[in-house]
Amino acid sequence: MAYQNNPPVVNRLAQSLTTACLAVGIILAVIIAGKTSSGAMQFHAFIIIASFLVGIIAIFNLGARINEDGLEASPSGVFYNNTIVKYGVIASAFWGIAGFLVGDVLAWQLAFPVLNFDLPWTNFGRLRPLHTSAVIFAFGGNVLIATSFYVVQRTCKARLAGEIAPWFVFWGYQLFIVLAATGYLLGITQSKEYAEPEWYVDLWLTIVWVVYLLVFLGTLWRRKEPHIYVANWFYLAFIVTVAMLHLVNNASVPVSFVNPKSYSAFSGVQDALTQWWYGHNAVGFFLTAGFLGIMYYFVPKRAERPIYSYRLSIVHFWSLIFLYIWAGPHHLHYTALPDWAQTLGMTFSVMLWMPSWGGMINGLMTLSGAWDKLRTDPVLKMLVVSVAFYGMSTFEGPLMSIKAVNGLSHYTDWTIGHVHSGALGWVAFVSFGALYCLTPWLWNRKGLYSLKLVNIHFWVSTVGILLYICAMWVSGIMQGLMWRAYTDLGFLEYSFVETVAAMQPYFIIRAIGGLLFIIGSLVMVYNLWRTIRGDIADEATPENIDRAIAAQALGE
Amino acid sequence: MRLLDKHAIFEKNSIILVIGILVTVSIGGLIEIAPLFYLENTIEKVEGMRPYTPLELAGRNIYVREGCYVCHSQMIRATRDEVERYGHYSLAAESMYDHPFQWGSKRNGPDLARVGNKYSDEWHRAHLTKPSSVVPETIMPGYPFLAENKLDFSQISGDIRANQIVGVPYTEEQIINASADLRAQLDEFSDDYDAFIERYPSAQARDFDGNPSEITEMDALIAYLQMLGTLVDFSLYDEQENNR
Repeated sequence: MAYQNNPPVVNRLAQSLTTACLAVGIILAVIIAGKTSSGAMQFHAFIIIASFLVGIIAIFNLGARINEDGLEASPSGVFYNNTIVKYGVIASAFWGIAGFLVGDVLAWQLAFPVLNFDLPWTNFGRLRPLHTSAVIFAFGGNVLIATSFYVVQRTCKARLAGEIAPWFVFWGYQLFIVLAATGYLLGITQSKEYAEPEWYVDLWLTIVWVVYLLVFLGTLWRRKEPHIYVANWFYLAFIVTVAMLHLVNNASVPVSFVNPKSYSAFSGVQDALTQWWYGHNAVGFFLTAGFLGIMYYFVPKRAERPIYSYRLSIVHFWSLIFLYIWAGPHHLHYTALPDWAQTLGMTFSVMLWMPSWGGMINGLMTLSGAWDKLRTDPVLKMLVVSVAFYGMSTFEGPLMSIKAVNGLSHYTDWTIGHVHSGALGWVAFVSFGALYCLTPWLWNRKGLYSLKLVNIHFWVSTVGILLYICAMWVSGIMQGLMWRAYTDLGFLEYSFVETVAAMQPYFIIRAIGGLLFIIGSLVMVYNLWRTIRGDIADEATPENIDRAIAAQALGE
Repeated sequence: MRLLDKHAIFEKNSIILVIGILVTVSIGGLIEIAPLFYLENTIEKVEGMRPYTPLELAGRNIYVREGCYVCHSQMIRATRDEVERYGHYSLAAESMYDHPFQWGSKRNGPDLARVGNKYSDEWHRAHLTKPSSVVPETIMPGYPFLAENKLDFSQISGDIRANQIVGVPYTEEQIINASADLRAQLDEFSDDYDAFIERYPSAQARDFDGNPSEITEMDALIAYLQMLGTLVDFSLYDEQENNR
């Protein structure tokens, strides 16, 4: 396997083949642009033509580029592909801010509906999918691609497989995001939550995803370690299962080759369960398995301790992926879904509590003997608190999947609060932790620009999350109770709109919480940017850190 | 511990690991979802369900386009308060022609499964244009552009054809006459009305947006809203027989 230690070269055949494929894509897009009667689809065709043309030029520049920044081997002699991970870090930060911002705009719209402006592309209904897709797929997806590309190289001690393919995955995925996002604003959606993009965008994502799987597997095949590290099991489960979910849930028949509209292959009750099988496992595999991969690499690395239990990771990996798949029906309690399916979904959701906490315990206990680091390293604090939030929301989830509880919580803000304790507390915090680790590592800096700013980010965002989820607990439970409240005479006590009016104070608190979260994230972006520039704040100089540690040891 | 030693197979071979993952994550879906496609009692037997008229389908597509499902459910759960607030709990049969389903997951506004015929067309027009004009406390955005946008139904027979391919029992006649049927539903005195009502029994026909000179997106959306939950005749529905 000597080739690993040679400087990377771009394969001529791969270069021509990719160019040929992109050229075919351009021809197809030109035909669609000419024949479609949908302005939005035409717009998408032009975006595709432009980005494929840029892609072809980039492919032929790639050889020269690798010579510029890929030639430095790591101390172990491997030519790691760091450039792509750098791009991933920047894309993650960018899409994160964008997604959080849209989310907070939505929060203010619910409090003050005049902010909808009553225009098609600013109304809540079209912006909401923009927010969910931006945070889950654009922010979360970029974090996963970037960290998986980093982790799989380091744990295999091998360069990422392919030279063109990883870039195709990265830029292809950004194109998917742009097509999906602009589509929502222009009214192109298939209305399946978290799977809103229409058929042609789904097909594009499928191609990108298959290449992603091949790059990941190809890197595993180059590994010098006999064992595949546990983080990679989780990344692999995430990639493979998301592919399966995506293909089944998006099965549909388009009206025509040049029409953006398609009709789902399934209808009614079957479509509902297929959708929530997908929807819940978008949580289970995209937002959980993938991010557990991050936890399994970055927490031990940052704490400089091995994973707490190897056996626990095996048991928790297989039981987690086995049980998660069954949990979808808890989104459909007391609906027209047959009772047996509802009960089955509830049962497995409650069981899911155990492997979830198995993962949490494995992450937290990794700090055994290193707990003191929480006082001096706010990045580790962020990672650990993210695991704690994971534990909290994976307890709340099984609770809410119990039919009697769900009867109250479903359709209310309690669900929204639950999602955000997971999304902000777990997914975003573990991602921020990873970005804080990766930036100095990738840009060869001694450390972050400022740990003090990390601490500020941590506290501002944590307060924001707490405001958010507490407001949603109150408003959700209150609205659920108001819907089912009866007067002494046996009539429903509140009209629907009375329960809406009662929400406003909580909507405002939630929007403020979201704003704090964004401010914290902007502090992070500033910190990362200064780190990349190579700056070091006064308090982060080695002497000052030593002084701070000494002061803490003395109990000052 | 000996069992865990065998786990090395998965850790040393990526293809076996991928196969292991695929098998593990397939089981739940196969056992839980697949039976819904062949168990006959999944969908109740009811009288009155019919495919959407072309105008209703066009309206439904606007409902989807604007993301109405984001805030409105179409699924009345089988609980006392929901049945009293919204009407008979939703049956699986009532969404059997919905590709995709519109059950929703969050109620920022009320359930719409049985909103049909609850309010007048004029109320819907006012409400969709400026919701606070009829419900002062509402948080719903306004959709004034619907009344101004002409409905594009140039592809409507293609829409119905695609629905037929995924299993909705549309006839060839319904596909050929889609455009004519769409116009006929907006004018109950037109020549095509008799043929239309024969193809779509019980469909409501009138000018929905109060502007007979134009076919607008408002026409289509109100036609869709006014038929929601009105198809099944619950006086003929036997709850016991359909117990699941």
